[in-house]
Amino acid sequence: MLSDYITTVLAAGWISLQLAFLALSLAVVLGLLGALCKRSGSRLLRWPVEVYTTVVRGIPDLVLMLLVFYSLPALLNQGLEGLGWDYFVEFSPFAAGCVTLGLIFGAYMTETFRGALQGIPHSQIEAAQAYGLSRWRTFAGIVLPQMIRLALPGFTNNWLVLVKGTALVSLLGLHDIMFRARGAAEATGKPFTFYLIAGGFYLAITVVSLLALRWLGKRYSMGVRELSR
Amino acid sequence: MSWDVIFDNFGRFADGAQLTLLLTLIALGISFFLSIGLALLRNSHNPLLRNLVGAYTLVFRGTPLLIQLFLIYYGLAQFEGLRQSFVWPWLSSPLICVLLAFVLNTTAYTTEIFAGGLRHLPPGEIEAARAYGMSPWTQARRILVPAMLSRSLTLYGNETIMMLHATSLASTVTLMEITGVARNITLNYYIQFEPYVTAGAIYLALTFILVGLFRFAEYRWAAYLQPRRG
Repeated sequence: MLSDYITTVLAAGWISLQLAFLALSLAVVLGLLGALCKRSGSRLLRWPVEVYTTVVRGIPDLVLMLLVFYSLPALLNQGLEGLGWDYFVEFSPFAAGCVTLGLIFGAYMTETFRGALQGIPHSQIEAAQAYGLSRWRTFAGIVLPQMIRLALPGFTNNWLVLVKGTALVSLLGLHDIMFRARGAAEATGKPFTFYLIAGGFYLAITVVSLLALRWLGKRYSMGVRELSR
Repeated sequence: MSWDVIFDNFGRFADGAQLTLLLTLIALGISFFLSIGLALLRNSHNPLLRNLVGAYTLVFRGTPLLIQLFLIYYGLAQFEGLRQSFVWPWLSSPLICVLLAFVLNTTAYTTEIFAGGLRHLPPGEIEAARAYGMSPWTQARRILVPAMLSRSLTLYGNETIMMLHATSLASTVTLMEITGVARNITLNYYIQFEPYVTAGAIYLALTFILVGLFRFAEYRWAAYLQPRRG
């Protein structure tokens, strides 16, 4: 009886994970674009990104989620009504959660990647140009591998916060692990047990991610001398 | 657009902002002092103490605040003994539960920030303090704590902003802070756009104020850590 509930709750963890990975992919794409725009010489590219990162990081995740899930469709529907179109926009909790988390962590990734790009000496890029490497090969062969090493600590941090952020999407009604835990808690009258299980799930992901990314960090820092302590 | 609803409910938003600030300040105020002590323990020579504090910070940084809040607010009711005890009137109040969850959560983060600041302290400063014959208490008061705080000012600034934003979760357990007020208005007036935009704008303004305050604090107390110019 109780074990049935436990399996249902843990199975819903898969949805939380899917959400987290999709949002992460969106965040990495946005972060790369944002970082490249911020580093570019053009003001037209820099300013919108500056506004984006400032606004998104200045508003709580929950409020942004409510804005995307409730306010954005309301605005779109008003616009459609004004145009006389008979169409009703509505987002699913999964899509809204994914887009919001992607947007939020895209802003944090922008800062992480920008910092990493700054850490690569410009002379290396000049050297690559002198060797006649194309822009793409300079980026893929010289900049990117070093960027991964420099961005990894910030990336790890963002990922850990993102995973925990997925718990908020249950408040929009997504049937994720948090939502199921709440259901099981109400059905069995054992709220502590089920919220503890959900907490254990997140803790496990945190620990596994930390170990995996530490291993990755070691691989990407091969050949980099550490200051001896 | 029905912005007049927002103007009519301006007072409620002001009350909400007041509660948001109150929650932020109380949680940060309590956690500040707890974190200083815990950060010193986190770097202590005793491995048991060090790892105990490490386990605490891992658990509270590794799980979502929403779960911690629900564990305290809904979860504790599962224990019959606790419900009969004298602490129950406190533990059944949403305000106390929210504050308890916030303090436990932000203390975990702040402890790691302060402990990290302490680890970056040049060993020479501690050796010098010892050479002067300072007692461990004097060392902590005059050398370790000031150095630790000034070194972690930037990260601590981020943490206070995170705490400000985290108070929005208090709306999930019926508290009427900014997000709670916005939610309530959407339900009462059937408008989805204006209340949340207003809430977002208030948070943005409060964040800017915090950022400005910490810029000033860094200029005032951490300027000596900056590389020298000119």
